[in-house]
Amino acid sequence: MGLMTNGTLRKGALKPIGDLLNYSRKYSLWMFQWGLACCAIEMGVALAGPRYDVMRLGVIPFPASPRQADLIVISGTVTDKMAPVILRLYEQMPDPKYVISMGSCANCGGPYWDSYSVTKGIDQIIPVDVYVPGCPPRPEAFIQGIVMLQERIQNEDPANRWQGKGWEPIVVGG
Amino acid sequence: MTSFEVDPKLYSPLADSQLNVELDTGDMILNIGPQHPATHGTLRLVVRLDGERVIKADPVIGYMHRGYEKLTEYRTYPQITTLVNRIDWLSSFANEVPFIGAAEKLMNIEATPRALYIRTILTEMARISTFLLFLGEMGLQVGAITPAFFGFRDREYTLNLIESATGGRFHPNYNRIGGLKEDLPWGWVAECRNTMKKMLDSCDEFEDLVMGNPIFQARTRGIGIIPAELGASYGVSGSNLRASGVDWDLRRDGEPLLPYNEIEWKTFTHQDGDSFARYWVRLQETRESARMILQLLEQLPAGPIMAKVPRIIKVPEGEIYVNAENPLGEMGYYIISKGATGPFRVKIRTASFSNVSILPWLLQGIYVPDVITVLASLYFILGDIDR
Repeated sequence: MGLMTNGTLRKGALKPIGDLLNYSRKYSLWMFQWGLACCAIEMGVALAGPRYDVMRLGVIPFPASPRQADLIVISGTVTDKMAPVILRLYEQMPDPKYVISMGSCANCGGPYWDSYSVTKGIDQIIPVDVYVPGCPPRPEAFIQGIVMLQERIQNEDPANRWQGKGWEPIVVGG
Repeated sequence: MTSFEVDPKLYSPLADSQLNVELDTGDMILNIGPQHPATHGTLRLVVRLDGERVIKADPVIGYMHRGYEKLTEYRTYPQITTLVNRIDWLSSFANEVPFIGAAEKLMNIEATPRALYIRTILTEMARISTFLLFLGEMGLQVGAITPAFFGFRDREYTLNLIESATGGRFHPNYNRIGGLKEDLPWGWVAECRNTMKKMLDSCDEFEDLVMGNPIFQARTRGIGIIPAELGASYGVSGSNLRASGVDWDLRRDGEPLLPYNEIEWKTFTHQDGDSFARYWVRLQETRESARMILQLLEQLPAGPIMAKVPRIIKVPEGEIYVNAENPLGEMGYYIISKGATGPFRVKIRTASFSNVSILPWLLQGIYVPDVITVLASLYFILGDIDR
């Protein structure tokens, strides 16, 4: 773990190894799907629909538990009753972990911006890597978010993530 | 459950002799959800089990409560259609229609015939897209993954049509008080006719693939039976009630909101009331909806799509309840208006809330794998339960 956390893998002779490591991580993203509302259906279409089929990009959407997942997709309206559950399952995921916030509701509250029971943005609870705007986003937008996340994984230094650097969020189409 | 802790006595030299130690056979409490792939959202079921058998099941709802009835008090009527789209997100268009119908009745405005026909077509299309997802999902829940792909594939054709007419794949927001946002695009009718013929074929495909399957029949026949009277007294509506043999369809029996009486169609009932009957009824209704759309396209009148409405919509004082047949069952809006641009109070009656209220009764005494089948066959949307 030392190599992962002290930054040796991104410079000098070990850089090819680091690249290979990132390349492998990028194409075997185990994704924990957190389908909450409308966006869950679009996510399902993107994952299982014959037209979009995100598994060709190396995203495996069937982990049975968050403990086997690298990526969590929060798709849909997060209510105050649901938020603690999300935090709990996020904390069960092993590092390095990534979060995609899908849809306006998860991003900022969306059409329920003045509701008394909706959490206005999942980023109040957990750090978000990729924001996919839209209500709901098209499956293409979601796939674009996955591709952008994969680019980040390819180019990142795992050490930076351990030290809390490189967390600037990506916004699809932004 | 604390029985997972190993008794230190088992480590004694006499451990071998204690292998036949008595195990605790008390009830076990199993939490299904709130995040569980088989619950179609965030329903939580607290199930008390005796072995494999369910003694008691308590649905815990509210994980998707977004406060609709309060939000409608702060919105104007045209803004509310955006909100009500998202109650039952699979059949968004069907949610708009009763709300707009209620507002129109309060304002004494009648939508033009062409607008009414297009509304009917799109409502039935929403029904087809909802049921196609059900037909696929239900297969998935009993262990067959192929129907899910078929369902998603055929659903895309319908969604493309909805999108090309309304601009939204999911949430059309197409209805206006007095008519529609805009007319159908050029070539839509011909495209729609082709797609509906494709839907008729795909229904046959589902019938071949799923309903004749002996495994599917073994998993669904005689499981989760809703008696007709009990179902009606719980408020179960829509296809779930028709699968119990009650011939009640608001499209035919309710107030005439849409021109259903101008076309020929029929309702389907099944005497069994089990999971299989619910699947059968929904499959027949999908096919019937495709036939209805073909007829409606033949009779589609020409003319304007928008009636004369004032620029600023103010609904006069009054109260009204309008209900319509949503794909999931009876959906109704009770609107109290005080003459402002927005309603004073809106009570939303959604189908799924009543449909799942029968769950504690229905799940008693069945096996755990059948819980998932029964949940899938009842077919609820969490947004529709919690609002």
